[in-house]
Amino acid sequence: MINIKDLSKRYGKKNVVEKVSLTIQPGTITSFIGPNGAGKSTLLSMVSRLLEADTGEVLLDQNNVKKWKSDEFAKRVSILKQSNFMNVRLTVRELVSFGRYPYSKGRLTDIDEKHVDQAIDYMNLHDMEDQFIDELSGGQKQRAFIAMVIAQDTDYILLDEPLNNLDMKHSVQIMKILRKLVDELGKTVVIVLHDINFASVYSDRIVALKDGKLVKNGPTSEIINSASLREIYDMDIPVQVQNGCRICVYFNSHG
Amino acid sequence: MRKNSLKLITLFILAIISILLYAFYDIKGGFDYAFPRRVLKIAAMVVTGVAISYATVVFQTITQNRILTPSVMGMDSMYGVVQTLIYFFAGSMSVWVVNKYLNFGAAIIAMVLFALILYRFLFRSDKHPIYLLLLIGMIIGTLLGSLVTFMQVLIDPVEYLGLQSMLFASFTKVKAELLYIAIAILIVSFIYGFRIMSKLDVMSLGRENAMNLGVNYDRMVMNILILSSVLIATSTALVGPITFFGLIVANLSYQFLVTYKHSILILGASLISIIALVGGQFLVEHIFELRTTLSVIINFIGGIYFIYLLLRESRAAK
Ligand SMILES: Nc1ncnc2c1ncn2[C@@H]1O[C@H](COP(=O)(O)OP(=O)(O)O)[C@@H](O)[C@H]1O
Ligand SMILES: [Mg+2]
Repeated sequence: MINIKDLSKRYGKKNVVEKVSLTIQPGTITSFIGPNGAGKSTLLSMVSRLLEADTGEVLLDQNNVKKWKSDEFAKRVSILKQSNFMNVRLTVRELVSFGRYPYSKGRLTDIDEKHVDQAIDYMNLHDMEDQFIDELSGGQKQRAFIAMVIAQDTDYILLDEPLNNLDMKHSVQIMKILRKLVDELGKTVVIVLHDINFASVYSDRIVALKDGKLVKNGPTSEIINSASLREIYDMDIPVQVQNGCRICVYFNSHG
Repeated sequence: MRKNSLKLITLFILAIISILLYAFYDIKGGFDYAFPRRVLKIAAMVVTGVAISYATVVFQTITQNRILTPSVMGMDSMYGVVQTLIYFFAGSMSVWVVNKYLNFGAAIIAMVLFALILYRFLFRSDKHPIYLLLLIGMIIGTLLGSLVTFMQVLIDPVEYLGLQSMLFASFTKVKAELLYIAIAILIVSFIYGFRIMSKLDVMSLGRENAMNLGVNYDRMVMNILILSSVLIATSTALVGPITFFGLIVANLSYQFLVTYKHSILILGASLISIIALVGGQFLVEHIFELRTTLSVIINFIGGIYFIYLLLRESRAAK
């Protein structure tokens, strides 16, 4: 269980994240939504220890994440950030194998290899497992990085806008895979999404941030409605139900 | 992987050949006299080459670039500053000069501090573009160089000669008493390095990915920064500054052995260093019988290679 308590972060005079408290429900997909600069990435970074909070705390299984040993923490919580710049040339398989580092410390066992195979399978990367990452398209690269965190086999998987470079087909594919990870393997996924319709259709819960503050936190069905969306985005967004999915129609040709 | 072992074996053989050639070529009657001297020089070149290779590869991993090196960022100049300050304030007869270990220790401490400060302000916080860093490195180097020149003007001319010989790279005037301590430092560094090789591999994925995989990134960066400055200090104290050498051997190693594995990259760069230094010294001394020193040639070639790398980087950035 991950508990976030009164978490704050400021840069200069700006409160980027302000007294945010919430609990990540195990076994769900929780989407973080909100306008650009709302503090979603910052919050995710603090939860995953990439960034230290100014005040407040994050608890993993009742223990402050700061107190966890690095390698133990890396077996429980994984994070994939928005941009991934690398200086080395790696093949897809080599990258995915790095996901096993917390377990293998660089020496892969048969079990590690099996996890790597599985992750590559999951992300449909078989055809390109020996290609170099820098020769892939943005979307393929993104899938390779996601395969790395899948190979890491953590209970909690945190993803910061993983659909950024992806076309519709691969976006849907990834959301379905995340659903499978949650429904079949009991993982917990926290994901920052830009497109609220992906959040609406695929997530169990939604957390909305705005100007560093938590404005909404609840089951998807309670948040995807015009009134709540207005609060989050300052826009009138009609919501229509199609095939049982709530779709936000945020396009408006009349201005 | 197979291909890399083959390449490493080839490099290893070439390194051995260079060493044998330098040790035994044209030695004839003067064996008892010449051989120990040659062995001493070979040892100094091997230690220097390995230290610079190791320091440069790990420095480039933690600073996430392949152009900046500790030397390019002004570490060598810092060595000059320390020695000049010592000569300026204490003089050549002082314990700081006479006691080689004390002198060496002072240089190491100053260079480690310099590296930590540099890192704190340049690499830690935001990502600066590499050209800015390079420019800053050059400015720091020039500034320290001018400082050294200024103080040298004020130093007694006789003292100045002693100082100058310390600051000029040379493999022929190796300080034997420093060699043992340098070898000891190298062994300790490798024992430490052996334990962190796979961590270094993970660190080349960048700070956030490495932290995600459970590497204590910021602490590792500090440790490695200290390690690399100690190694550069060691090599500079032993033979003097050879600014562009690390840049060449590290990049040749990256190009020749396409891998992320630091154990292979460092081994490759070290072997290339030995070939370049020992083989190069052999050519300079015995074949071409040049009056110029190897370090001058290395810096000349290294400078050109440096420009080539810069141009390539700027083209890749477009
Ligand atoms: N290192 C930093 N220094 C200064 N300001 C920052 C830094 N990182 C983020 N910010 C600011 O914090 C705010 C929130 O950023 P972020 O968490 O990335 O938002 P989001 O992911 O929701 O778009 C933004 O206004 C951003 O400019
Ligand atoms: Mg963001």
